[in-house]
Amino acid sequence: MSANLKVRIGKLELANPVMVASGTFGYAEEFTELLDLRKIGAIVSKTITLAGREGNPMPRTCETPCGMLNSIGLENPGIERFLEQKLSYLASLGSPIIVSVASENDPGEFAAMVKRLEKDSRVMAIELNISCPNIKRARGKGQGSGLIAQDPKATYSLVKSCRRFTRKTLITKLSPNVTCISEIALAAQAAGSDAVSLVNTFSGMSIDVQAKRPKIACVVGGLSGPAIRPIALRMVWEVFQKIRIPIIGMGGIMDVQSALEFFLAGSSAISVGTANFVNPRVSLEIVRGIRDYLDKNKIKDIRSIVGALKL
Amino acid sequence: MSRVFQERLKVIACTKLSESYFRITFASRRIPAHALGGQFVQVKVSDSAQPLLRRPFGVHRVGKNTFDCLCEIVGEATRILSEKKPGDFVDVIGPLGNGFDYGPRTKDQGPRILVAGGMGVAPLFFLAEKIAERRTPNAERKIIVFIGAKSKKDLLCEKDFKQLGCEVKVATDDGSKGLRGRVTDLLEQYLRRTPNAERRSRIYACGPKPMLKQVSLLSKHYNLPAQISLEEHMACGIGACLGCVVKVRAQNASRRTPFAYKRVCKDGPVFSASEIIW
Ligand SMILES: Cc1cc2nc3c(=O)[nH]c(=O)nc-3n(C[C@H](O)[C@H](O)[C@H](O)COP(=O)(O)OP(=O)(O)OC[C@H]3O[C@@H](n4cnc5c(N)ncnc54)[C@H](O)[C@@H]3O)c2cc1C
Ligand SMILES: Cc1cc2nc3c(=O)[nH]c(=O)nc-3n(C[C@H](O)[C@H](O)[C@H](O)COP(=O)(O)O)c2cc1C
Ligand code: FES
Repeated sequence: MSANLKVRIGKLELANPVMVASGTFGYAEEFTELLDLRKIGAIVSKTITLAGREGNPMPRTCETPCGMLNSIGLENPGIERFLEQKLSYLASLGSPIIVSVASENDPGEFAAMVKRLEKDSRVMAIELNISCPNIKRARGKGQGSGLIAQDPKATYSLVKSCRRFTRKTLITKLSPNVTCISEIALAAQAAGSDAVSLVNTFSGMSIDVQAKRPKIACVVGGLSGPAIRPIALRMVWEVFQKIRIPIIGMGGIMDVQSALEFFLAGSSAISVGTANFVNPRVSLEIVRGIRDYLDKNKIKDIRSIVGALKL
Repeated sequence: MSRVFQERLKVIACTKLSESYFRITFASRRIPAHALGGQFVQVKVSDSAQPLLRRPFGVHRVGKNTFDCLCEIVGEATRILSEKKPGDFVDVIGPLGNGFDYGPRTKDQGPRILVAGGMGVAPLFFLAEKIAERRTPNAERKIIVFIGAKSKKDLLCEKDFKQLGCEVKVATDDGSKGLRGRVTDLLEQYLRRTPNAERRSRIYACGPKPMLKQVSLLSKHYNLPAQISLEEHMACGIGACLGCVVKVRAQNASRRTPFAYKRVCKDGPVFSASEIIW
C-alpha cells in the first residue's frame, strides 16, 4: 500500500500536500502543455487586486546568487476580469483553486474581494497576501510605509475583517521581513485564519556596477529561490512551535529533499515558487519523491513527518 | 497554437567559432519539427542552482532531428553552455514565443528585408531559411540581409546567408568590413535609393534596442511594415511571471491607461514595430 498523502488545510482537503505558489504559476494556462495540472495538490493564483494593476516598470527581475529578485508590482486584470476570463480555466483543471488577494492600502478592499469570492463556488480557498514587498501600504503622515504583515495589530484586524465574510478556508500569507514572525502568525491565528503561508519574498537589491544602476527598476525587490531556503525553513520551525493552525511552507524549495525539510520543520503542506520557472514539472516530481521517501522509510502517512524534526 | 516541449536533449556538437562565439547542436525530434522562425528555446545550462534560471536563445537553424543555437559568451551561463561536449545532456523547453509572420506566399512580390544587429543574426538566419523554402518559380522572392557587427571578427553568418541566395550588406562599427557605421545607416541608404514602386516589401529585424527603435522610425517614415524581435531578461520564458513585459499602445487607450504591457516571451518576442512605445 502506498502512503497517504492527503492533508487538510481548514476545510480544504488536498489529494497531496504540494501546491504551487502565487505569482509563480500565472493562471496555470501557461503550464498546460508542460505537466499534468490535475495532479497538483492545489494551485494558488497570481495575486488579484480589486481594480486591475499594470505593474511596475522594467526591468522587473534579475538573477542573484542561487536566487532571483522580482518587482512585478502585482500586474493583474482586477478581480472581475479574473473571475470572467481566468477562473473558469483554472477551475476546469480539477485541482483545488486558491485565489490570492491583495490591496495597496485599503483593508476595505480585502474585505470586498473576500465577499465577492465567497459567492463563487469555483474558489476553494482564499489567501490574503498581506506581505507583497512590491506594493507598500501608505500609513498616516510621519509613520512611513510598511506591510500589514509587519504589524501584528494590523494583521489581526485585517484577518478579522475578512473572516466575517467567508466560510471558505482562509489562509494568511506572511512576510519574512519582520523581527518576530511567530508574533504575526499568532495574530493571524487569533483572528480566525485557517492556516498561514510562509514565506513571501525577502526585500533585497542588486547593483550593476558598470552602469551604477539598480538591476531592477524599483531598486528594491523580493528575493526568492534556494538563496532564502535556510531562513525560510528557520521561520517555519519557529512558527510551528507557537501555533496550532497548519503551516504552508515555502522558500527556495527546488526538489524533494528541500520539500521534506519543510515538512520536518513543521509544514503541513508546501508550495513551490521560483522552481516552477526552472523546471515546470518540479511540483509533480516532488509529489512522486515524497511518496518514494515515505514508502522507503515505511511511513504510512505524510502527516506523521510534519514537525518530526529530532532534536 | 504552437506546441511546447520540455526535453532533456543530447548535445551533438558544440563548436567554438572564435573567442566569443559558438554554435551548439542539439538532437531533438519535436523542437525542430515545430519551430517557427523567430521562436526561441529556454536552456538550463547546468543541473546546479547556480546559475539558477534558464537562458533564452533563438532557434538558429534546424536539421533533420537536430537544431542549432548560435551564441555569444557574455556571462556565466553562456560560458558554461560553450563548454558542453558531444554526448552531454541539457534540459531545454521550446519552441517558445510567437515567431515571425512570413507573409503571403504568392502575392506581394517585393523583397524581404532582414536587419540583424549583433546576435540578431541567429534567429534571422532561420527566418531566411523559412522564407527561402517558400519560394516557388512564380513567386521568386529576393531576400536582402543587412548585418551590423562591432568589427569584422564579430561578423557571423555572412556566408550562410549568401549560400541561401540572399543579398548581404555589412556595416561594422570600426569599418573593418563593409560600411563603417550602423546597420540602420545601410538600411536607410537602401530605402532612400529604391523607388517607391519596388518597395512593396517587409522588414524583419532583430538586434539591440536602439537599432530596433531606429528600424521602427525608418519603417514609419518609408511606410513599410516591420516586425521586430525584442529581448528582455526572462525568468520563466513561458508567460507566467510577468517579468519580461514591454510597453505597447493600448487598444482602447485612455488617460488612465495610455498603454498596455505585453509579455516578450509569450506575446512576442516578435512585435509589429508600430505597436511598441519606445
Ligand atoms: C528571446 C531571446 C532570444 C535570444 N537569443 C539569443 C541567441 O540566439 N544567441 C545569443 O547569444 N543570445 C541570445 N539571447 C541573449 C541571451 O539569452 C543572453 O545573452 C544570456 O541569457 C546571457 O546569460 P549569461 O549568464 O551568460 O549572462 P549574464 O551574466 O546573465 O548577463 C551578461 C550580460 O548580458 C545581459 N543579458 C543577460 N540576459 C539578457 C537578455 N535576455 N537580454 C538582453 N541582455 C541580457 C546582462 O544584462 C549582462 O550585461 C536571447 C535573449 C532573448 C530574450
Ligand atoms: C516572479 C514572482 C512573482 C511573485 N508574485 C507573488 C504574488 O503575486 N503574490 C504572492 O503572494 N507571492 C508572490 N511571489 C512570492 C512567491 O509566492 C513565494 O512566496 C516566494 O517566491 C518564495 O518561494 P520560492 O523561493 O519557492 O520562490 C512571487 C514570487 C516571484 C518569484
Ligand atoms: S519571462 Fe516570465 S512572463 Fe516572460
